Amino acid sequence: MAEFRMPVLGADMDEGTVLEWLVKPGDVVRKGDVIAVIDTEKSAIEVESFSAGTIDKLVVGTGETVPVGTVLAVIAEPEGERAEPAAAARKARRPRAPARAERPALVPAPRPVSPVIRHRAHELGIDLAAVHGTGQAGAITRADVEHAASELHPATARQPTAGAPKPPRSRRKPAPRGGRLRVTPLARRLAGELGVELAGVTGTGPEGAIREADVRLARAAGEAATAAAAAAPAARSAADRTQSMRQAIARLMARSKREIPHYYVSNTADMTRAMSWLHDRNRELEVSQRLVPAALLLKATALAARRVPQLNGYWTDDAFQPAEAVHLGVAISLRGGGLLTPAIHDAADLDLAELMARMRDLVTRARSGRLRGSELTDGTITVTNLGDQGVESVAGVIYPPQVALVGFGRITERPVAIGGLVGARPVVVTTLAADHRATDGYTGARYLTVLSDLLQRPEEL
Amino acid sequence: MSRAAAKAAPPEAAHRRELLRQMLLIRTFEDKCVELYSAGEIRGFVHLYIGEEAVAVGVNEALTADDNVVSTYREHGHALARGIPADAVMGEMLGKTTGCSRGRGGSMHLFDVSRRFYGGNAIVGGGLPLSIGVALADKLRGDQRVTACFFGDGAVAEGEFHECMNLAALWDLPVLFCCENNLYAMGTALERAQAQTDLALRAESYGMAAWPVDGMDVAAVERAARSAVEAIRAGGGPHFLELRTYRFRAHSMYDPELYRDKAEVEEWKKRDPIDLLSAGMRDSGELTDDDFQAMNDDLTREIDTAIAAARKAPAEPVENLTRFVYSPESS
Amino acid sequence: MTSAEMVKTTYREAMRAAIREAMQRDDRVFLMGEDVGRYGGCFAVSMGLLEEFGPERIRDTPLSESAFVGAGIGAAMAGMRPIVEIMTVNFSLLALDQIMNNAATLLHMSGGQCNVPLVIRMTTGAGRQVAAQHSHSLEGWYTHIPGIRVLAPATLADARGMLWTALQNPDPVLIFEHGSLYNMQGTLPAGAGAVDIRSAAVRREGTDVSLITYGGTLGTTLAAADALAGDGIDAEVIDLRSLRPLDDQTIVGSVAKTHRAVIVDEGWRTGSLAAEVSARIMEQAFWDLDGPVERVCGAEVPMPYPRHLEQAALPQADVIAAAARQAVG
Repeated sequence: MAEFRMPVLGADMDEGTVLEWLVKPGDVVRKGDVIAVIDTEKSAIEVESFSAGTIDKLVVGTGETVPVGTVLAVIAEPEGERAEPAAAARKARRPRAPARAERPALVPAPRPVSPVIRHRAHELGIDLAAVHGTGQAGAITRADVEHAASELHPATARQPTAGAPKPPRSRRKPAPRGGRLRVTPLARRLAGELGVELAGVTGTGPEGAIREADVRLARAAGEAATAAAAAAPAARSAADRTQSMRQAIARLMARSKREIPHYYVSNTADMTRAMSWLHDRNRELEVSQRLVPAALLLKATALAARRVPQLNGYWTDDAFQPAEAVHLGVAISLRGGGLLTPAIHDAADLDLAELMARMRDLVTRARSGRLRGSELTDGTITVTNLGDQGVESVAGVIYPPQVALVGFGRITERPVAIGGLVGARPVVVTTLAADHRATDGYTGARYLTVLSDLLQRPEEL
Repeated sequence: MSRAAAKAAPPEAAHRRELLRQMLLIRTFEDKCVELYSAGEIRGFVHLYIGEEAVAVGVNEALTADDNVVSTYREHGHALARGIPADAVMGEMLGKTTGCSRGRGGSMHLFDVSRRFYGGNAIVGGGLPLSIGVALADKLRGDQRVTACFFGDGAVAEGEFHECMNLAALWDLPVLFCCENNLYAMGTALERAQAQTDLALRAESYGMAAWPVDGMDVAAVERAARSAVEAIRAGGGPHFLELRTYRFRAHSMYDPELYRDKAEVEEWKKRDPIDLLSAGMRDSGELTDDDFQAMNDDLTREIDTAIAAARKAPAEPVENLTRFVYSPESS
Repeated sequence: MTSAEMVKTTYREAMRAAIREAMQRDDRVFLMGEDVGRYGGCFAVSMGLLEEFGPERIRDTPLSESAFVGAGIGAAMAGMRPIVEIMTVNFSLLALDQIMNNAATLLHMSGGQCNVPLVIRMTTGAGRQVAAQHSHSLEGWYTHIPGIRVLAPATLADARGMLWTALQNPDPVLIFEHGSLYNMQGTLPAGAGAVDIRSAAVRREGTDVSLITYGGTLGTTLAAADALAGDGIDAEVIDLRSLRPLDDQTIVGSVAKTHRAVIVDEGWRTGSLAAEVSARIMEQAFWDLDGPVERVCGAEVPMPYPRHLEQAALPQADVIAAAARQAVG
């Protein structure tokens, strides 16, 4: 039996319609006889038989549309005839599927996540590996990420991001323009390498875009205001970091001593009342909430700076610029060597508990390298407290462009004569290093006196 | 099946038998292409030579293996007559690496540089400038070759035809222009396309020898081609033959042939070149029915073998997609 | 005269010397085109060559671009090394079918059998008030086609040296000569010869911005770089030289260094070669960019006749400098 199939009648034909049969069962046909009229999208074509024989059966009726290759009729081949036509017919009967089907199936490559969506996931603290993609070829869409984030919220308050558990007002705050940060690819890469926090950088590119120069400026400003040196781009090891930091400190201290005419005054402040008050106060508090003496010292320093504003500000362009607020720089030594002096903003307005919390936070972040640029650059006066180290007094080096550095030694018990009697009292040596261009000894001495007075009324701190 | 060049004509009967065999080879091949295309094994465009066999076979008789051939998209006949094995042509039709163009070209782009067969061309008239160039190269080198260029009546309308007629005559290039006038450029009849339909006359106006030939009579074609080639080799400059022929099938697979009458096709079929030659040979007793049948059977077997081989042959791996864009040493 | 001594020459003379050298060294080379013989070449490049090499090898053609370009393709296919001169890129459109459908595709269609070692030279560009149909810059269009190579010699050394290398290449090569360059004067070593046709060249080293261009706008771009230097902006200027294939390595290397790029292209902006270079920079140097890639291109207007309008339509040094300043920020 030979099969007469729907032929391919054009390069773009997929199916055809039998318009008319020109034969019926029982008719004898020769090879090449036209036996049907097939309709395609373009036109009606007469189609021939490739087999000889008798029409046995018409399989597809007129008006029916079938795909190319479908059997339309069956032809009974004559027996005893030359093998030739039969052989040809048999071969004609074994057509392959259209070449299209033989092409190997192309497996689509997994789609990478687009930068925009990656950024959103980062903002929301979502691990992309755990997100189910509903986009084309399993791609992760923005909706998928936001859905994952909304599922996360009711379950836990903590986002699975790296870093210490923080209240929501952490550094994920939006850029000033109300949209996400615009950062050039180079600037972003550089910020990562230099350890600069982008949220604190002011962008000077189009529509506030942060560019390479802005990142470098932020880093340099941090360097200038403090002795800090962030990790050099290629430096990964602690030793390297320490070395470059030391170099930065060296540069800064040398410059300070070169440019600033220092003068020094010192005083001894009686800490009896302060320590007693502290003791009483702490008895009512949880261990974790208890105040340390340093909190009192810092607060007193800040308040005194407000009262002697000539020591709170910057020396630039051959003149003193007083600062509006008191941003108290706190010198923090780092393990492995090195020093950072981030500032507690508006220190004079904070209550003691808050001040302490801020200080703790700064120390933690300073030691783990996660300070913001603005924290490093905004100090208006700095305090160094080496009392922990057992030193009695500190004659420090001012951090330009500031004009004063306050130092505290260890709080120790000393014999003191009061009312003709000798007693032992807790005292602390306070020192002031000041820029003689901005102030003279009189002002410096007055500052220390004010400081000492404040420490006598701890309840007002 | 390679064809050796013949200096002197062999005994005439054997020669006629050879001409018949070649025409039948082409016919059988083309018939098979119809089946394969209908079954979807051959894809794209296929332009069949059925009815025009005498032209390819007759002209090729006048050429040697050292001459050049540039053809067009209706080229299966020219390729087979030139001696490109049926295996290689069928392999190319099926897009396999055993094809004469490594499967890269398909029906319209058969190439065999070893046989100086410089391709089919899918752009009407696109091969004429190439033939001018090939002939120019020979002339500059002092090589005594003839370049045969095949094209249809449709090409006469293209600007390139006229540029090339002029250039060939101006530079005295050894080109044999073979215009296969089958009266239709796709669906447009000659009288609807040309104000002056005497194509040999048109060519002559460019300053070259030109004359019309009965393209259904293979002996007439061979006579004309030999005469022209001799003249070219003798320094007579380019020649133009208007080979008046007819294609029995549609322009390409398929077209509904709305532009011509079935009666006209039947009329021309009465002058089927294979029938004309074989009838003459029967009359003179050179050929019996059995001979003819045996010839047909042999050729059918030959083509079937070629089809089987082509079906088995490998396809080019997709990784090799961008091969043959630049020469390896050029990249 | 030693080969190291410097000789005063022009771009035109250098190109002529290149053709002469090729004809002398390789019998397969011949020059074919309109008015290349008797007239001495429309731009006088082939002046004197007819007398030296004869009419067979310095072959005048009728105004039949399609036929004689196709003839060049056929002759190359059959073993010669023709130089086909199309008078200008504007007329090449008449031969586009032969170039795209034959020259670029024969190697592939034949499954690797037919090489086409052809060189086509064309004059290109605007600036002489010859108006809309005579002022095209279509190098970018041709770089779209796989199978051909496209060159833009912008210096004397390249005019002297690219032709030989192109002729020895087994694939078709298009050489675009900007019309404004023929009179360019300078010096070359007496022994100057073949140069590579694969790499871009850094014509001026810099650190602040990469100015990338080719052909006729190289001079304007260098002038812009000088102006920028006065503003303290140190521009690097890249001459692409090979337009297809492009030298990605040099382009990307420059942008990785400067972080900013301006592409200068006389062609119309939309779908230009500048667009392709910009896309490649985005693909390969995205993380090095400090701002968007700028483009200074031809204005999208058929070239007007009056001088001031034509000049406004073409890339100028001040516009290039402004774009660079914008990029640097």
